[in-house]
Amino acid sequence: MLTSMDAAAMERAVTRVAHEIVERHPDPERLMLVGMRTRGVPLAERLALRIERIDGRRIAVGAIDISLYRDDLAQRPHARMQPSRIPEDIDGAVIVLVDDVLFTGRSIRAALDALIHYGRPAVIELAVLVDRGHRELPIRADYVGKNIPTRRGDDVRVSLLEADGEDLVGIYEERVSRGC
Amino acid sequence: MVAEHVADQITQPKTAQTASGKERHAASLSRTPLDEPVTDWNRQHLLDVDTFSKDEILRVLSTASAMAEVLDRSVARTPALRGVTIFNLFYEASTRTRSSFELAGKILGADVINVSGSGSSVEKGESLVETLNTLSAVGADAVVMRHHASGAPWLAARTIDGHVINAGDGQHAHPTQALLDAYILLQEFGDLSGRKVVIVGDILHSRVARSNLWSLTTLGAEVTLVAPRPLLPSALASGAAEREHPLSLPPVRVESDLDQAIVGADAVMTLRIQNERLRGKLLPSSAEFARRYQLTQERMELAAPDAIVMHPGPMNEGVEIAVDVAHSPQSRIEAQVSAGLAIRMAVLFLLIRGSA
Repeated sequence: MLTSMDAAAMERAVTRVAHEIVERHPDPERLMLVGMRTRGVPLAERLALRIERIDGRRIAVGAIDISLYRDDLAQRPHARMQPSRIPEDIDGAVIVLVDDVLFTGRSIRAALDALIHYGRPAVIELAVLVDRGHRELPIRADYVGKNIPTRRGDDVRVSLLEADGEDLVGIYEERVSRGC
Repeated sequence: MVAEHVADQITQPKTAQTASGKERHAASLSRTPLDEPVTDWNRQHLLDVDTFSKDEILRVLSTASAMAEVLDRSVARTPALRGVTIFNLFYEASTRTRSSFELAGKILGADVINVSGSGSSVEKGESLVETLNTLSAVGADAVVMRHHASGAPWLAARTIDGHVINAGDGQHAHPTQALLDAYILLQEFGDLSGRKVVIVGDILHSRVARSNLWSLTTLGAEVTLVAPRPLLPSALASGAAEREHPLSLPPVRVESDLDQAIVGADAVMTLRIQNERLRGKLLPSSAEFARRYQLTQERMELAAPDAIVMHPGPMNEGVEIAVDVAHSPQSRIEAQVSAGLAIRMAVLFLLIRGSA
C-alpha cells in the first residue's frame, strides 16, 4: 500500500477546497453541501465546518444514498442502503455534491439522478477529495483535493476518522475488491 | 449493537425539513452508522419470518427506513427495479396489501401486473402450478402471492425460478405484515427486549398473529396471546398459560382474560373477527365477544401509560376494537399502513437486488 495522503495532507486539502467554495460563492444564499454515502458525508460535514471557520456562514449539510440509482444493480449485490437526508428545499439551491473518490463517474451520475428527484437546483457542483482519473462518463469535478494518477486496476481507499478511525488515502496496486 | 443503529435510523423524524437548526441536522447525519458490517443477503424468497435471524429482520427494517425517505421526495420514483416484472397473484380479496405491493414495485421502477383469482384463467379451472408456469413463461421475475391455502407460496417457490413473496397464505403466515408491525414497534420503543406485546382476538384464524409471534420473539419481545378458547389453536387452548409449547411455535403466554393480560402491556395488537371464517360456529355472537375482548379505552388504561394500539386491518370498529380507541392518539393503525409501503419496497429491493 502506498500512502498518498496522510491526515495533515487531507486536512490541508479539505481547507483549500472550503476556501475555493467560499470564493466561488461569495454570497451563497442557498448553498447546500450534499455528501454521498458513506464517506462523502463526513467530508461534507468537515467542509461545512471549515466554511464556517472561514466566514462564519453555516451551510446546510445533507446526505444522499445512491443504492437505488446505481447502473450495476443487476450485476452485483448492492451495499447496505441508508436513508438520504436533504435538509432544505432543493429548488433554486446551489448544491455542492461531495464524494471521497472520483473514478468512473458512474456514482456521480447516480447521485445526480437521485438529487433531481427532490426538485430543481439552480446549480450542482462536485467536490471530491481524490480524482484518480479513468472516467467512463462526461463528468468532471469542480473542486479536487488531490489528483492521483492511477492505473485502472489500482484500488484507491479513503479512510476517515469518523468512519474508519484514521485519516488516510492509500493506493493498493493489486486488484482488491471493494464496495463503493 | 446493530439494533441500536437501526432504531436510531428509524426513530429519527422522517421529515428532516422540520429540524429547526442546521446544527441539529448535521448531528443527526453523523449519528447514522457509517460502516456497519454488511451482512450478506442470500434469500431468494420471503415465505415467512420464522427462519429469519434478528440481523435479517433488522436489515429489512433499516432498508425500509431508507425507503420511507424516498416516499418524501417530490418525485417518489426510482429506477432500482427497472426492467423487472412483478406479478401480484391474489386469490383472496385485499386492499392494502395488494395496493401497497403494487405501489412499492412501481416506485422502485418495476412493471407490476395484477392477476386476481376472478377474471383470470383460475376461474376456468387452471391449477396453481399451471398459473405459475404461465407467469414464468411470460417473464415474471417475482410473484407476490396471496392464497387461501396454507403453504401455497412454498409450492410456488419450488415451481418457478423467480422470487416468491408470501402476501398471506391461509391461516399460516403473513410475513410483510409482521415486518411492518416490527417496524412500528421498533420505531416506538427502540428496542423490543422485554417489551410486552399483547395480541388479542381471533388467533386461530390469524396468519398475522402467527408471523408476528416469530418476529416479535426473535426481537426479544414478550408476547401474550389472548382469545376465547375456541379461537385459539387447539394445542395452545388445551394447556395452562405460560408454558413451552410442543408445537412449532416460539414460547408465548396464553391468556383468556384480556383485563388481566393487558396490565402493563407496551403494545396491544387487535385482530379482526373474521366473520367469513367463523359463520357463528365458534362464537355465540360478536356482541358476546365484544363484551369480553373488545379493546376499549377503559381496558387501554390498564396498559402501560405510553402503550400503543395496533390493528392489521381491515377493522370491525365496535367489535374487536372500540371506535374511540381506533382513532385515539395511542393508535398506530394508520402508521401501520404507511409503514407497509416502505417495508414492501425494502422486501422487493432486498430479494431482487440483494444478491447478484
